[in-house]
Amino acid sequence: MPNQAINEPDSSLKLKSLYEGFRDAGTIRALAARINSAAQNLSEPLYIMEVCGGHTHTIMKYGLLGLIPDNVKFIHGPGCPVCVMPKERIDQAIALAKMDDVILLTLGDMIRVPGSKGSLAQARASGADVRPLYDPLDALAIARDNPDKTVVFFAIGFETSTPMTAVLLQQAEHAALPNLLFHINHVLVPPAIDAVMAEPATKVNAFIGPAHVSVISGAKIYRRAADVHHTPVVVSGFEPVDVMESILRLVELKNLTESVVDVQYSRAVSEEGNLTAQALVDEYFEVRDSFRWRGLGPIPQSALKLKGKYAHRDAEIHFGGRLPVQEIDDHKACQCGDILRGLANPMDCKVFGRGCTPQTPLGSCMVSSEGACNAYYRYHGVQHVD
Amino acid sequence: MSTNSIQLAHGGGGLEMNKLIRNLFFKAFDNCILRNEEDAALLNLQGPTAFTTDSFTVSPLFFAGGDIGKLAIAGTVNDLAMMGAEPQYLSLGVIIEEGFPMASLETIVASMASELKKCGAKIVCGDTKVVPKGCADGLFLNTTGVGRIVKPGLSAKRLMPGDAILVSGDIGRHGAAILMAREGLELESGLVSDCATLWGAVEQLLVHPFDIHAMRDATRGGLSAVLNEWAAASDVMIEVDEAAVPVSDEVKGLCELYGFEATDLANEGTFVMALPAAQADGALEVLKRFGHCENAVIIGRVGESPAGRVILHTPWGSNRYLDLPAGELLPRIC
Amino acid sequence: MCLSVPSEVVALHDDEQAITVDTLGVRRKVSRHLLSDEIQIGDYVLIHIGFAMNKIDKEDALESLKLYKEIVEKLEAENHAQSSHQ
Repeated sequence: MPNQAINEPDSSLKLKSLYEGFRDAGTIRALAARINSAAQNLSEPLYIMEVCGGHTHTIMKYGLLGLIPDNVKFIHGPGCPVCVMPKERIDQAIALAKMDDVILLTLGDMIRVPGSKGSLAQARASGADVRPLYDPLDALAIARDNPDKTVVFFAIGFETSTPMTAVLLQQAEHAALPNLLFHINHVLVPPAIDAVMAEPATKVNAFIGPAHVSVISGAKIYRRAADVHHTPVVVSGFEPVDVMESILRLVELKNLTESVVDVQYSRAVSEEGNLTAQALVDEYFEVRDSFRWRGLGPIPQSALKLKGKYAHRDAEIHFGGRLPVQEIDDHKACQCGDILRGLANPMDCKVFGRGCTPQTPLGSCMVSSEGACNAYYRYHGVQHVD
Repeated sequence: MSTNSIQLAHGGGGLEMNKLIRNLFFKAFDNCILRNEEDAALLNLQGPTAFTTDSFTVSPLFFAGGDIGKLAIAGTVNDLAMMGAEPQYLSLGVIIEEGFPMASLETIVASMASELKKCGAKIVCGDTKVVPKGCADGLFLNTTGVGRIVKPGLSAKRLMPGDAILVSGDIGRHGAAILMAREGLELESGLVSDCATLWGAVEQLLVHPFDIHAMRDATRGGLSAVLNEWAAASDVMIEVDEAAVPVSDEVKGLCELYGFEATDLANEGTFVMALPAAQADGALEVLKRFGHCENAVIIGRVGESPAGRVILHTPWGSNRYLDLPAGELLPRIC
Repeated sequence: MCLSVPSEVVALHDDEQAITVDTLGVRRKVSRHLLSDEIQIGDYVLIHIGFAMNKIDKEDALESLKLYKEIVEKLEAENHAQSSHQ
């Protein structure tokens, strides 16, 4: 296998620098100093929502909350696709998995998330054929190797992961694999931002825009947040230096009272995004009238479904009458909805850490490592230890 | 066909089983206690003795840097060594799935024999069962071991504020190598498991008068699990300098790809040690010079509060808890 | 939202629309169905669930790193000036 990199003019950038340079301790300290000094000029506290669970993860994993001043606060948004999946959709996946002739495929930690009666992992333990995939294209071989079974890909994720499902569908069509079906749960970021801002009492007055959603969709999808909601948006990379630089930019934009879309993650994000990916998504998907988000409730036009001409691939249609459709709300005491809108803090919730823990999540914010409550449960209260 | 793969008859107690035991196991593990072929091995144990058991169900059975056989010896021998005991006698239970290739079994047995040589322990009794196809995943092994305590008093409960925390090498390599070898991932790298017998390194440490409080091999659950178990058992706080924890590039790469934490990945030849900070440099030197633990390093220290918690210090002055890994090790997709 | 990691392109497999990438010493084959740019060995790409999502702009990354270096140096100079005043 040829594997030596050829010499090229800009080869002075080492791959390692893309990791280490953006995790550099000195840079993080220097940016923290700048944020602390710039934040002294803020006329009101800055409530930054990081829409994306990847940023929540970075903020918590790298302990960034301990480095920023008190008047810069974070509200952890609804951007974890595993967390926002309503229980009835998981119940449908479990119902599919329990059918005799069905193999259910999904990505990574989705299998841990509980529906109304347990998780896909528990269904697997009781005999259902559930297989977590590392790579959606592995579904092709599974469908090919099991011609007498119906293989259902339980597709989840935001704009980042939708094009991958589209490629899988394209390949299934090309290979004429009739037994590969799709249960589509792809959701969209902009309607979620609208839902958060539709709450009159919301404190959110700045956004950190998702990194990899924006790689696909381009920075253009945040225009509305800046123009209509008058909040500055900085599209940020996932490394701690990226996030610190984005916080600094938001503080500076707020000081200038500018509501614009700024791209910190310019090494990967353009205004227009990945057009090849967008074209593929447009070929196979269309917007649903409404989708119920766990924690936030129904949001109009916030998710995708397969287009009519691919109905033969749609598990929701194929298994129509056999899937449970009853909507299932979270535990009454759960305050995820308020937490996701920035109206409450995880610590305000009565069940936080008591009835609701990462092992036994009651609400959406506790279900994955990117949920606000989960992150607080694991990391909070350690910021100032001597 | 019958000579190429394991048949149910190989576990039937008759001629085939007898042949398998004599030609394969006795030959590889040859010693006079085993050769006695009594119902039980007769041992002459003296003084305080450590006693441990472990079952091995690794998939895949062969991985970069080892196989289930090497693992089954190293795992049990290491558990003894971590208690300050010299590994002496082991039992071996073998559960084989019908149809298992004879050649693979021979390779695994040879690798057990070679690992035993490194610590001087002997397999003195054993048991072989063959189960019908589909009732086991290829091969399961169990080893139980006893060893003479050379240094008494090592315990997870003995950590004290002021102790230093050392690791004997870079972490996460076994877990990463297993994931790497898993079907479906199709990854390539130069990464090899750290799977190794630790008695040699421990023996060198015990020759010196260090007041070691605790040792533990960071197997399943990785470094996070050991430190959390210790913090809870000794009711102390453990703080770790994140930048000091050695992690190889390949392990970092795998963690990046799948969203794992190196501190959660299993090790099979890397251990953690707590001893008074004043002795830490001395112990480190012994480990590096005589224990072949070139990457051994001090990663943190023991404090008082919050008791039961492990705190990670980042190089930029923030802190977070290092938690026990929970659930199945699945890639984080989002 | 989703985990995605910078990796180096080390081999091209045009026939199967795939590339082999290296992530800190771990190599794997990923799909290049979503790449619109021309891809060469030595390019850096972002990988997400078995797909290359796009090319990373090396110039842009270098510029950021240069800027960070300046920020750090400036802070050090300020701290130095402060401590020598006292």
